[in-house]
Amino acid sequence: MTHQDNSPEERLPEAGKPGKPPKLADPFADPGLPPHQPRRQDIDERAAKRSEHVVARLFATAVIAAFGFIASYVLIPKEKVVFIFPVGHVSAQNFALGGTLGIALLCIGVGAIHWARTLMSDVEHVSERHPIEAPPQVRQQVFADFQQGAADSAIGRRKVLRNALLGALTIVPLSAIVLFRDLGPLPEKKLFHTVWSSGKRLINMSDDRPLRPEDILVGSLTFAQPEGVHESDADFQVVMAKAALMIVRLIPTEIKDKQSADWGHQGILAYSKICTHVGCPISLYEQQTHHVLCPCHQSTFDLADGGRVIFGPAGHPLPQLRIAVDSQGYLAAQGDFDKPVGPGFWERSA
Amino acid sequence: MSTHSSAEGASADRNRQPNPGERIADWADGRLGIYSLAKSNLRKIFPDHWSFMLGEICLYTFVIIILTGVYLTLFFTPSMNEVVYHGTYTPLNNIRMSEAYKTTLDISFDVRAGLLMRQVHHWAAIVFVAAMFVHMMRVLFTGAFRKPREVNWLFGFLLLFLGQFDGFMGYSLPDDLLSGTGIRFLEGAVLSVPIVGSYLTMFAYGGQFPGTVIIPRLFTVHILLIPGIMAGLVVAHLILVFYHKHTQFAGPGRTEKNVIGMPLMPVYMAKAGGFFFVVFGALALISAIAQVNPIWAYGPYRSDQVTTDAQPDWYMGFSEGLIRIMPGWEIHFLGHTLELGVFIPLVVFILVLVAIAVYPFVESWVTADKREHHLLDRPRNAPVRTALATAWLALYLILLLGGGNDLVATHFQLSINAITWIVRIGFFVLPVIVFVATKRICLGLQRRDRDKVLHGRETGVIKRLPHGEFIEVHERLPQERIYELTAHDQLQPLELPPAEDRTGIPRKVPFSEKLRAKLSSVYFGEHSQVPKPTAEELEESTSQHH
Ligand code: HEM
Ligand code: FES
Repeated sequence: MTHQDNSPEERLPEAGKPGKPPKLADPFADPGLPPHQPRRQDIDERAAKRSEHVVARLFATAVIAAFGFIASYVLIPKEKVVFIFPVGHVSAQNFALGGTLGIALLCIGVGAIHWARTLMSDVEHVSERHPIEAPPQVRQQVFADFQQGAADSAIGRRKVLRNALLGALTIVPLSAIVLFRDLGPLPEKKLFHTVWSSGKRLINMSDDRPLRPEDILVGSLTFAQPEGVHESDADFQVVMAKAALMIVRLIPTEIKDKQSADWGHQGILAYSKICTHVGCPISLYEQQTHHVLCPCHQSTFDLADGGRVIFGPAGHPLPQLRIAVDSQGYLAAQGDFDKPVGPGFWERSA
Repeated sequence: MSTHSSAEGASADRNRQPNPGERIADWADGRLGIYSLAKSNLRKIFPDHWSFMLGEICLYTFVIIILTGVYLTLFFTPSMNEVVYHGTYTPLNNIRMSEAYKTTLDISFDVRAGLLMRQVHHWAAIVFVAAMFVHMMRVLFTGAFRKPREVNWLFGFLLLFLGQFDGFMGYSLPDDLLSGTGIRFLEGAVLSVPIVGSYLTMFAYGGQFPGTVIIPRLFTVHILLIPGIMAGLVVAHLILVFYHKHTQFAGPGRTEKNVIGMPLMPVYMAKAGGFFFVVFGALALISAIAQVNPIWAYGPYRSDQVTTDAQPDWYMGFSEGLIRIMPGWEIHFLGHTLELGVFIPLVVFILVLVAIAVYPFVESWVTADKREHHLLDRPRNAPVRTALATAWLALYLILLLGGGNDLVATHFQLSINAITWIVRIGFFVLPVIVFVATKRICLGLQRRDRDKVLHGRETGVIKRLPHGEFIEVHERLPQERIYELTAHDQLQPLELPPAEDRTGIPRKVPFSEKLRAKLSSVYFGEHSQVPKPTAEELEESTSQHH
């Protein structure tokens, strides 16, 4: 049924030579390559000379620009800023280096292309194609050689040898898999915990002081970190990647979720700052609606309703940290988050 | 000198001493056999068409990326060790940052021309991926991927895939606030992989995010592993272009059997070599005036901070779009979570790319065409292919739009919600609309070509016939145009064998054959192509006009 499925010979493109006049029988025939049209430069030596001058000047300009490049490198102080009209304020050195380099390279390129277009022969040449497929005799020869080789090795006859070889060639490379084990630790329960624990105070990230309820005003968004964590700690980034908090204060009657209200203190609620979509830190707060927005893919969470997702690609609510006021009047955690913070993963239950 | 080798003998019989250049060439030929290589290649013929320059842009930007990248490695330290900055860029003084970030600041502010090299590197990467993309589209729309070039298509596709991937990694290396956000995104995406996600992230990051090893690891992959593979693929790609000889559009003298153009030496060497300098020069100028990725403005990465206008490089835009429009589906069962909201976009991202990679094989199966093709199709003459490719592009572009939904929202004063829904619906509907519209346009153009061949060109001359009617005089197209407009071949839909064989026994036709016949009629049925004029039709119409 496959009428396009021809024998190898028929797959060769049809014969035909350029320059062949159209046969009367076929009104669509290829008229053949038209005769070469000489360019101005081919017949007028003055035009050719002009092209030569243009190219020579372009190459000379490239040399001058290269000197300009070296001069810019040596002479322009690196902190100097200049105003360049539509662009604005830019580093003078970057502008000069890029400009001179660009001009030098462009001059070489344009010169070479102009040379090729105006002065090199533009007579079109014809080269015949040959089929990629080998002729049948070659194909047969290769198959015969292969069979001879296979027969010489006896790999077909000595099955034990063949299987043993295959076994060795599979197992030995596969054994390299163990090499990857030390790339990192096993996940164990690492993703389930943060450094928050009962009694840890909430430290205001803007002034490094423990937060009191009265520091947090209705309508504000405060970022907090756990007590005892310092920027200079070796594991600061790892700790904060999960422990970062954002704290809001709502009027208690506005809180729709009962448990959420219970886990806060007089309307002060502490949520994980880590978006549950793919983990960007959330940064935008809309006071009227109590919505926070993740700048990465616009997931929006309702902090008045237990951190529920109201828009965007996030799949589950923001975990809330249970807080209370300690004996000295500071806000402190009542334990770790009850759910893993951040993006979802296989081992996470609900 | 009594023992002549055959090569020396050959030059000696020209009765003169070879000049120094020839002697060096002889030396090399005696060891490397360069003459046999040069014989078939020095005057190799390359056809000329503007769209064949796209592949060259890919090649040159790749070379420029390597040159500038090597320069950057001389100054960059891929380390996440923390240091406190005291340096030229005073706004960041006393701020803690990784060495990766600090050395990127140093390259930008202390190494002369360092900023230029960074910007050329980054701009070249942006242009590289864009050029690969457009180059792929030209190959796709003109059918240049057909036999014998399918393997080269795959090499090319791998280059595009690896190029995008490598760009993403390079972008992550400076450890600034923006790129760290990309690495965080990667963590969340890998975490969503069912069953092994948390293991994969622990292994990739050497522990919990961000850890201290991810940047050195990305560095090795970004500068060694991927570019190494890509360099190999580029060489293989170019060898195959040489070996197959370039395709050409049909035209007078240009047939399936030949290739017509200018010789490699000197014309193509000068044009292509010159073009390398043009591309490099243009990138240098762009980098002189247009700032790209000003990492000092974003600040160093902090796992608890984020920039608000986070936008990846353009080629990540479509995966970003997928991520943004996906609803947050999550399935919980037996104490496990399937994070479909992240995992589905990850899979669709791969599928969208794979769809384009396998297209040549699908088409060749549907057409059952086993011939070699060296003449390019004009896109209109392959309406279904053109429509499919355009539909794919539409899908790609709408996702790109989705990836910038916040920018679109602020720019056009729409709500993000509205745009997300537009993109969600567009994802399914737009490709269909675009497919139908493109196919129609192609058929319209085919009809116009047919008319032109049959009725010739309007001359603008009005003639009055003896009985008073006015007609415009049409002129027969020159033979070259007629050939160009009719050189393509039109396949016929495959036919299934009759349902019963000669003895009346029902034939069993496998489902795959039925499917193929069906698809074949979609591709080549009467609704998918306008028949080329026949010789008789042309005869008839020309006799009418005289
Ligand atoms: C590093 C990236 C790439 C480089 C350096 C590169 C380079 C080139 C060059 C110089 C040519 C000959 C000129 C031309 O036709 O434009 C070519 C042809 C070709 N490329 Fe690429 N390319 C790249 C990526 C791709 C991609 C992404 C695809 C498609 C998936 C692709 C598929 C092809 C095919 C099929 C040809 C043969 C076209 C013909 O003979 O008409 N290439 N490539
Ligand atoms: S990470 Fe927050 S929406 Fe994607």
